[in-house]
Amino acid sequence: MFSPARSWREFPQRYRLEAARCTVCGKIHYPPRLVCSACRGRTFETVAMPREGAVVTFTTIHVPPKGFTEQSPLDIAIVELANGVRVMVQVADLPEADELRIGDPVRLEFRRICDDGEAGLIFYGHKAVRAR
Amino acid sequence: MREVAIIGVGMVECGELWEKSLRTIWAGAALAALEDAGVDSVDHITVGCMSPGLFVGQEHLASLLADELGMAGVAATRVESACASGGLALRAGIAEVASGLADVVLVSGVEKMTDVDGADATYALGSAADQEWEGFHGITFPGLYAMMARAHMAHHGTTSRQLAAVAAKNHANGLLNPHAQFHLKVSIDDVLASTMVADPLHLLDCSPITDGAAAVLLMPLARAKDLAGRRPVVRVTGSGMATDTITLANREDLARLRAVELAGERAYTMAGKGPRDIHVAEVHDCFTIAEIMATEALGFFAAGEGGTAAEAGSTALGGKLPINTSGGLKAKGHPVGATGVAQVVEIVTQLRGEAGQRQVSGATVGLTQNMGGSGGSSIVHIMEVE
Amino acid sequence: MSVGIVGYGAFIPRRRIKLEEIAKVWGADAASYRRGLQLHEKSVPGKDEDTITMSVEAARRALVRAGDLDPAAIGAVYVGSESHPYAVKPSGTVVAEALGITPQVHVADLEFACKAGTEGMFLAQALVKAGEVEYALGIGADTSQGAPGDALEYSAAAGAAAYLFGGDSDRILAEVVATYSWTTDTPDFWRRAYMHYPRHGSRFTGEPAYFRHIMSSAQGIMDKTGLKPQEFAHAIFHQPNGKFPIRVGKRLGFTTAQLETGWLSPWLGNTYSGASPMGLTAVLDIARPGDLVLITSFGSGAGSDSFVLRVTERISEVQDVAPITRVQLDNDKIYVDYGTYAKLRGKIRMGE
Repeated sequence: MFSPARSWREFPQRYRLEAARCTVCGKIHYPPRLVCSACRGRTFETVAMPREGAVVTFTTIHVPPKGFTEQSPLDIAIVELANGVRVMVQVADLPEADELRIGDPVRLEFRRICDDGEAGLIFYGHKAVRAR
Repeated sequence: MREVAIIGVGMVECGELWEKSLRTIWAGAALAALEDAGVDSVDHITVGCMSPGLFVGQEHLASLLADELGMAGVAATRVESACASGGLALRAGIAEVASGLADVVLVSGVEKMTDVDGADATYALGSAADQEWEGFHGITFPGLYAMMARAHMAHHGTTSRQLAAVAAKNHANGLLNPHAQFHLKVSIDDVLASTMVADPLHLLDCSPITDGAAAVLLMPLARAKDLAGRRPVVRVTGSGMATDTITLANREDLARLRAVELAGERAYTMAGKGPRDIHVAEVHDCFTIAEIMATEALGFFAAGEGGTAAEAGSTALGGKLPINTSGGLKAKGHPVGATGVAQVVEIVTQLRGEAGQRQVSGATVGLTQNMGGSGGSSIVHIMEVE
Repeated sequence: MSVGIVGYGAFIPRRRIKLEEIAKVWGADAASYRRGLQLHEKSVPGKDEDTITMSVEAARRALVRAGDLDPAAIGAVYVGSESHPYAVKPSGTVVAEALGITPQVHVADLEFACKAGTEGMFLAQALVKAGEVEYALGIGADTSQGAPGDALEYSAAAGAAAYLFGGDSDRILAEVVATYSWTTDTPDFWRRAYMHYPRHGSRFTGEPAYFRHIMSSAQGIMDKTGLKPQEFAHAIFHQPNGKFPIRVGKRLGFTTAQLETGWLSPWLGNTYSGASPMGLTAVLDIARPGDLVLITSFGSGAGSDSFVLRVTERISEVQDVAPITRVQLDNDKIYVDYGTYAKLRGKIRMGE
């Protein structure tokens, strides 16, 4: 999972939220793909995604996987961005008393997602925080 | 296509089988199925196993297992569709027999999950999710199903109590199954009081980590009838498989399992049956919410009514449609690759009238529904007594 | 050609720890720290916040304030910090990649204790002035640590400020009137390679280090420009605690009114490379056209960079289009206890 090449390949999506818009039907794909899932179109243009959205569903994981134990509990949500694209992201800065609800507005912020141990690479991406 | 019968079934007990390796567990189930069928040679072996590579560091599994049975030389195939690998092994076996490629096929499923610690097992299971776009963010399977549960609750008013009713019912069934991993009486309040794993799913909403194996023997119907003597012959009349986007975020409706709906429709069509014709079913209750959503997707209950039905006892033994009489993944255990085959073992046992205290009286048509990951694949089979 | 700030932004993590929470663990007298150092609480980075993430967010805010600008027009990115997440591998490349500035860009990570941020700003404006690049980004960010129980633990905090410089007069919101640096070799504070925590010369960090360098640099730039303290609307001095920046400002002849806008440390702590640059973001948030602003940083080791800025008409158009520094400082705070703080700061020895 923690390969330098793999993480590097994903930087446009992880760092800049680059998506592919089908030039045939307009559907936006994140991550980009070679065939449009709506119309099977094969031509795309690169578009940046908005960082604002709303919570579609969410959970708080109390038994996190390897690499995430120090961030436990882990709040994770599916967020629908302003362009209609849904992404799965962690929700950061959520104290226990602050209960998330479906529909809550959020904003994506650049954060550390995980690392390959103390001596390994650090992987960056986006997490949702409450929009203020 | 030739008609296909299930002539023998075999299973080992599910649980933390510290003294047994993957091959030993598998061979136990395979030998039991061969013995049950009264057959000692096969043309083909199919093996459903999700991740021998991550769980025990072994690939090239089908050949290894054929040799373990003293059958080196036979054709053998491993198939994988995450937790639906077992169901896929059956489907692959059916294709062999129905097409005439093989006459006798040993269909098997196995998983040895306890040679790695909990974190590594969670990681291995997590590889059934979209690793780049879901796993990267720290999602786990309880987390994925918890997000579906939250959506189901929001859309349909499903409650934590209704989820807990599924667990209580399946543990009650598990008490009657000698192969089950757990023989525990679990109440709805026990479930609600158990540790929160991924809100709103408690520990007792989740299926366990299990070692186990199951096997069934397939052959053309005509030959099975000759061999069976006075024992009932079970015929596979419907087989449906479907996929859905693995990435949960890409699903239009998070409160529906589209792959289960499609696989169900295909199996019903092939069998010429509908949901009302089913007498007993084993569905993929990796989490309590999964059983509720699967019973809706298969048309047993209308969308949003799966939870109410479970709480009302409609799916309990003696209810309108008994579901997971084996105890389900929840109580019987969930050795992921074996699960789909173990479901078939239970349905064949029911249709043969050999299920003892958990027998559904008069059951002649049964259904199994096996699911991969968070619903990225599903396989449905319909079986009938000939 | 006139060069100036065309965009600025600050980022402050939401978590805070109160002084008392630290003091009670080490048996220290919180009241004396409050009085002596004028510190009340400090920001604490989450497990998912570091110099790189805060730099990206601060820089995004700077780009918002710069208006509709093609990131590819930015020719240099400098990230100043003493807490770069990697010992070897630049922070700046992640920042440049995330902002869409790569690949035709000069990128460097800088380190000079608490003045690495103004170093980046110094270089950025100089490159624009020289005509080498159209726009240049200078960022100061830190998630610094003091040794547990050390006086520094009460102040070492997290935050970032980013400044985009350009020569495009339509965009300039604060013109750089002059720069000045004053540097000597003064071993008041250091951290050897592979060490978790810094060491310092205790009271030696005061007069011969902080006060001497800031006084000399600030006086130097006033002499160079012929400006007097009373001509400035605001002055910002490096803020390692609550007390020093006010004391040094008054010694130089500034009044509390000139100093208090950029004075964040009592409630923010010392954000090291971010400290004086964040004071400046707080000032720009409320500055008026024509205001003269003095900023003097201090980095142990030791040196001070000074800038005189003149705020332009454009300032009022950009102040509210991105998060205000004081709003981040005063709102939505999440207080943590010392145990959580120790976990977040990696002070707990974990199992393998």
